[in-house]
Amino acid sequence: MANVSDDELKAMTQEERVTALGMRTDQLAGRAMRVEFDPDEEERFEYPWAPQVDFNKRGEIDADDFDTTGLNRQIRAMMAEGYGTIVLKNPRGKHSVGVGILTRLNLIIEGSCGYFAVGLIDGVNVRVNGRVGWSCGENMMAGTIVVEKNAGSTFGAAIRGGDLVCKGSVGSRTGIDQKGGTIIVGGDTGALSGFMMQRGRMVVCGNAGKNLGDSMYDGTIFVGGKIQSCGVDAVEAELTDLDKAWLTRKLTQYDLLPAKGVDHFTKIVAGKQLWNYDNLEPNEKKLIL
Amino acid sequence: MCGIAGLIHRGKSSAVGAEMTSMLQALKHRGPDSTGYAVYGAPLKQGECIIRLKVAEAEDMEKGRGIYQVLEERKAAVDKVLAEHKVKVKSKHEATPYAMRIEIAFDGDMADLAAHLEEQEGVEILSIGNGLELIKDLGDARDVAGAYALENFKGTHSIGHTRMATESDVDIRSAHPYWAFPYNDVSVVHNGQITNYWIMRREMERLGHRFQSNCDSELLAVYVAHYITAGKTLEETLRQSIQDIDGVFTYLVATKDELGMAKDTMAAKPLVLYESDDLIAMASEDVAIRAILPHEIETSDPYDEEVRVWQT
Repeated sequence: MANVSDDELKAMTQEERVTALGMRTDQLAGRAMRVEFDPDEEERFEYPWAPQVDFNKRGEIDADDFDTTGLNRQIRAMMAEGYGTIVLKNPRGKHSVGVGILTRLNLIIEGSCGYFAVGLIDGVNVRVNGRVGWSCGENMMAGTIVVEKNAGSTFGAAIRGGDLVCKGSVGSRTGIDQKGGTIIVGGDTGALSGFMMQRGRMVVCGNAGKNLGDSMYDGTIFVGGKIQSCGVDAVEAELTDLDKAWLTRKLTQYDLLPAKGVDHFTKIVAGKQLWNYDNLEPNEKKLIL
Repeated sequence: MCGIAGLIHRGKSSAVGAEMTSMLQALKHRGPDSTGYAVYGAPLKQGECIIRLKVAEAEDMEKGRGIYQVLEERKAAVDKVLAEHKVKVKSKHEATPYAMRIEIAFDGDMADLAAHLEEQEGVEILSIGNGLELIKDLGDARDVAGAYALENFKGTHSIGHTRMATESDVDIRSAHPYWAFPYNDVSVVHNGQITNYWIMRREMERLGHRFQSNCDSELLAVYVAHYITAGKTLEETLRQSIQDIDGVFTYLVATKDELGMAKDTMAAKPLVLYESDDLIAMASEDVAIRAILPHEIETSDPYDEEVRVWQT
């Protein structure tokens, strides 16, 4: 914090006070996101403890042989041996499969998973040749998850980065508290999708349930089908050429581009009428107000 | 939390006791306090039915040797009531010292008989049904299925519940499923919380219904039975319940030849659904369905306010 006295702060305008305190006042809007990291940092960040894996070294795990903890330990043990591509067979709805992997890996899951599948990951490429239960990809930082069938509710809750794709339909509250990244749904999504969304993009090729984007602070939602209703402070915006180009590229990437293109998509953004949200932390606000 | 499960075979009977046991055992982590089944076997002849009742709570068995004398007295009281109502007892079986299965032929007033039975100290009817048998006890699915020989039960459909006690006690009275006293063959399992329970209970009690417990889930059984007996279809009743009942809930209802599901307006409680031409299975989690269908299958999550009903 800048070395200024309380009296000096009181004498300043709010703009001067904020600057003197070392804070920022730029508006957080849409895709105009700030660069928070050193641009000279290596593009492919890796955790120092991350094992070096070889994508061409491929191994298999039969999930029938393990409980959930054992299964996740086995994935890590194989990564420590350098396996960069792991095929996991017979998950049979087990919960928390492949969670907390913080390094590069190709994880192919042959079957369906239960709750919290591949949550808390950072940089893993996952393909699930089945369905997933609630909260798939929760809090993922980076990487790609592609689910071939349906997904349960809270798909991509609080994700911060990466691409999370469900080729089927998903349950309710998709992308609740989404903080970044992209969520793509090939089918329909349920009620309260995008609830309290803060950043990132969500694409729903089918229909969206009621209260879409309720209380969203920022971010963008694209819907190809019908929207049952928008939630509080979620408003329709113009679909720009830039949006169309991005949608076309992203949906083509995952083989989900509709035959009729993307011109029919509806774009939903935050109306920004929720005044209880700004770019100051609570303790910073206390100092100013 | 609690776990619920349901399955219905179309046009055939199957080992629903064993199937439901596998499903509920897979859901044990959602609720280890008690496990309950409503299983529907082949309907008996007109005028015949099965009474499932208990004469004590499981915890009463820890009260020492004297409890056995008490149990004998209560069972004798049950026999006396059945005799007074001129009920023809076709068979009687005791799965545990406190739980009885009585197959009867009776063409009198069933509500009167049920009320008279429950006037006896310690006696609580779990179910009366032409096809329904309701079994619930403390412990996990394997424990209960073993004690009540459910592995051999053949039938068309079943619902089940693993309970994590929250707002009421860990006892058989508060375990699910709930039978809708005194209406034959209606049972309910529920996962969630009903927030206008007391308002709705008062309304139902004013209409003459009685409740066995203080568990909010029992309200659903009474509510459904009330409207079905008033002439509404199961589907109409379930749809109306979503408007009338507040809270977060997913619940399953079984009747003699139907199985239905309903989700609240927020879809806050989970349900996963599998449908094929001859089998419909649903549960709080995928893992339960995959316990009876180990091959790869398509499942989906019903949405908010969704109501579905299937026939046997």
